[in-house]
Amino acid sequence: MTGWIEIGALDDIPRLGSRVVRTPAGNIAVFRTESDEVFALDDRCPHKGGPLSQGIVHNKRVTCPLHNFVIELASGQAVAPDEGCTHTHLAKVENGVVWLSVRQAAAVS
Amino acid sequence: MLDKVTKQKLVVIGNGMAGIRTVEALLERAPDLYDITVFGSEPYGNYNRILLSPVLAGEKTVDDIMLNTVDWYEDNNITLRKGETISMIDRRTCEVVTDAGDRVPYDRLLIATGSNPIMLPLPGKDLPGVIGFRDIYDVDRMIKASTDYRNAVVIGGGLLGLEAANGLMKRGMNVTVVHLLDTLMERQLDPVAGGLLRKSLEERGMVFKMPAQTQAILGEDRVTGVRFGDGTELPADLVVMAVGIRPNFELAKKAGLYCERGIVVSDTMQTYDGRIYAVGECVQHRRQTYGLVAPLFDQAKVCANHLAMKGFATYDGSVTSTKLKVTGIDLFSAGDFAPGPDKEEIVLQDANRGVYKRIILKDKKIVGAVLYGDTIDGPWYFQHLRDGTDVSHMRERLVFGAANLGDGGVNGQNSVAAMSDETEICGCNGVCKGAIVKAISEKKLFTLDDVRAHTKASSSCGSCTGLVEQVLAFTLGGDYSAAPKVKPLCKCTDHSHDDVRRVIVEQQLKTIPAVMRFMEWKTLNGCHSCRPALNYYLLATWPGEYRDDQQSRFINERVHANIQKDGTYSVVPRMWGGVTTPGELRAIADVAEKFNIPTVKVTGGQRIDLLGVKKEDLPAVWADLNDAGMVSGHAYAKGLRTVKTCVGSEWCRFGTQDSTGLGVKLEKFMWGSWTPAKVKLGVSGCPRNCAEATCKDVGVVCVDSGYEIHFAGAAGLHIKGTEFLTKVETEDETLEVIVALTQLYREEGWYLERMYKWCDRVGLEQIRKRVVDDIANRKALFARFAHSQQFAQTDPWAERASRGVDRNEFAPLAELELA
Repeated sequence: MTGWIEIGALDDIPRLGSRVVRTPAGNIAVFRTESDEVFALDDRCPHKGGPLSQGIVHNKRVTCPLHNFVIELASGQAVAPDEGCTHTHLAKVENGVVWLSVRQAAAVS
Repeated sequence: MLDKVTKQKLVVIGNGMAGIRTVEALLERAPDLYDITVFGSEPYGNYNRILLSPVLAGEKTVDDIMLNTVDWYEDNNITLRKGETISMIDRRTCEVVTDAGDRVPYDRLLIATGSNPIMLPLPGKDLPGVIGFRDIYDVDRMIKASTDYRNAVVIGGGLLGLEAANGLMKRGMNVTVVHLLDTLMERQLDPVAGGLLRKSLEERGMVFKMPAQTQAILGEDRVTGVRFGDGTELPADLVVMAVGIRPNFELAKKAGLYCERGIVVSDTMQTYDGRIYAVGECVQHRRQTYGLVAPLFDQAKVCANHLAMKGFATYDGSVTSTKLKVTGIDLFSAGDFAPGPDKEEIVLQDANRGVYKRIILKDKKIVGAVLYGDTIDGPWYFQHLRDGTDVSHMRERLVFGAANLGDGGVNGQNSVAAMSDETEICGCNGVCKGAIVKAISEKKLFTLDDVRAHTKASSSCGSCTGLVEQVLAFTLGGDYSAAPKVKPLCKCTDHSHDDVRRVIVEQQLKTIPAVMRFMEWKTLNGCHSCRPALNYYLLATWPGEYRDDQQSRFINERVHANIQKDGTYSVVPRMWGGVTTPGELRAIADVAEKFNIPTVKVTGGQRIDLLGVKKEDLPAVWADLNDAGMVSGHAYAKGLRTVKTCVGSEWCRFGTQDSTGLGVKLEKFMWGSWTPAKVKLGVSGCPRNCAEATCKDVGVVCVDSGYEIHFAGAAGLHIKGTEFLTKVETEDETLEVIVALTQLYREEGWYLERMYKWCDRVGLEQIRKRVVDDIANRKALFARFAHSQQFAQTDPWAERASRGVDRNEFAPLAELELA
């Protein structure tokens, strides 16, 4: 796991939206909820690899744009009865700045 | 979470299907509101009482029919007190009292005591060997009797009696059915169908004595026979009384609750004591009592809504259907089939094939149906019955069923019963019939939503919904809980599309959170289904005022391109009326080379698609296309897509009008408008119809004397020719009618409802009246469309390519090296 890396301002991520952080190991999607919590997941749906960053965010979940799998932002788990899990990374906000800690083993291109 | 001490106490009397279904629905809506205690006299969890007949017949085991095992109660923190009977409700102290004298307090009480079999007050009715047919205990006793004895008499030739008789016969007993009337199942069947049923049961070895009145049950230590009104006697070692059920409301009545034939409840499932609710077979609602499953489920939903303190659902009664669960006999009945002066009947009778169908119509609608021998279309008739569909246009062929109406196809009225298990039902998700049937039986599913969640069938394009419902109906018999006629917008709310649209206008709601707050959405931010719908409704209702919520748009509409399976996008510039120029083609070629776009393809809508564009390249691609004068083709939009044209009178030797010019004019006027679902137009220059205008949402067929306007066609999931709307003489009138029609659809269509579905729902005549006949209304619709176009006709590509709109959307937030 990396240390905390500053990736940008909270205001650069839309509420109920997401932005992508590029890494050599693949994209990481950083989500912002309505109450300004942030979550980071590999930008790949466990179903067919859809880019979760492009999905609609609702409460602490995102719906994959390809086939409507719903993924829990906190755990990366698909919401039942769908099955599957996306790797999570750590993200936090301090004074309007978003920080990311990448679990390197997780990210795959 | 609320502390256990402060939680309200809900006590449920009755551990049957109605009570537990209510608890399940309540847990979905308000999981932590109550501390729940369930009392059940039987020593089991909750089981599917309807499937007792197959258990008796040896086709299923008791384990097969368990719905909620004891673990389920534990997992949900419900106290199950099985084997305990409530002997009194003390309404003054708000307590129930068990037969052991234990007092349990309640804040809310739910009575779901079901019903008891009617035991005729005959001499000898208490003899050993005389039983009802109601629970697992009865079934056990019958199975035991069948191993020890030979002769059984079943009193009652209704649904329950015949199922009991069939089960006992299968277990090797000689069975005689005694019935008071001369028609079997007279509540569900007419005399002809009853006769056919009797004949085929007789062929299986069942003996009937009817009409006959039982006078006494004979025997000393155990039943030995039955004596009838005419003095004859029959030997019997087992007598099953199955003459009917009686709502079990003794307990409620003793507590002073108002009861007639059942516990009288209001439309909110409340008894006369506001703290006490009742559901299921023990209740009487609007003078009706019910003994089937589907109504119980409807009631459970409403009751749960109120227990969860949502307070808006009402129960309006149910229409029921019945299917006899005797393997090998196909029998279906629904609705009201008693003859009457204002009713008409369509009858098909084929004695050799053993087929009988009788459809009863009233005011052009199906009000009842009796099917024998061929029940494949039962659910189809039932659907039309419940929906109150006007069937006059298909009356001639109605009796032959859905397949003969050419209405088979993708909308799901094919006969699922005849399909093999390998038949694919849901083409989108590759789900075959066998998988659905298996999920329904193994996971004990009852509703369409359940099946969707577990199998994915009909969860994508939805065109197989009808088929899936049929599989459900076919697998569960007549006992599935059909989707309600008024469907909620999505799982986040109980309100329908129409409700939401109406309330947005009435309450002047202008943001998505405002709608969700006012209409008490069940989820925090809605979901991927309702947010885009609400966004559209607000946009269509308040043009120029509502600020489009990008985060509530599906990705394609947010980035103005179509997402592909690998996460790249496709770009389709507009080609007005399908006409292009060498300059445009050159610019497209240049863009394709400059950005290494892998695929360039001609679309079905007379345009060119650039596939495989990386998201971060989109603004630059658009900038180059903009420079060549091209704008977004909205190929991604629930909005105006293409206007397909033929070359018309300008070139074609058959052309009667300038179809290309008219197509361009329509497209220039209407582009950029958002609609409930995509809208495709076509304009053909003569009746040869080279632009295929008669399978479009709106199509114009030019003729020498003017313009025929057609609409409500489709050539996708469903193939459907258009309906003729009207004929006009000038291009201007054509534009006015089409724009007004589109505006009406914008104002009334449900989100994702294509124009042909809207037309089906609202009715062609209704639409014609308001768009064609009422000229003032047409002009008003036209004006509203024109007004909203002021705010809609901005090229979204130009905004993003050169004016910096949504810049963040297309660039990564950060790029990390990660050593």
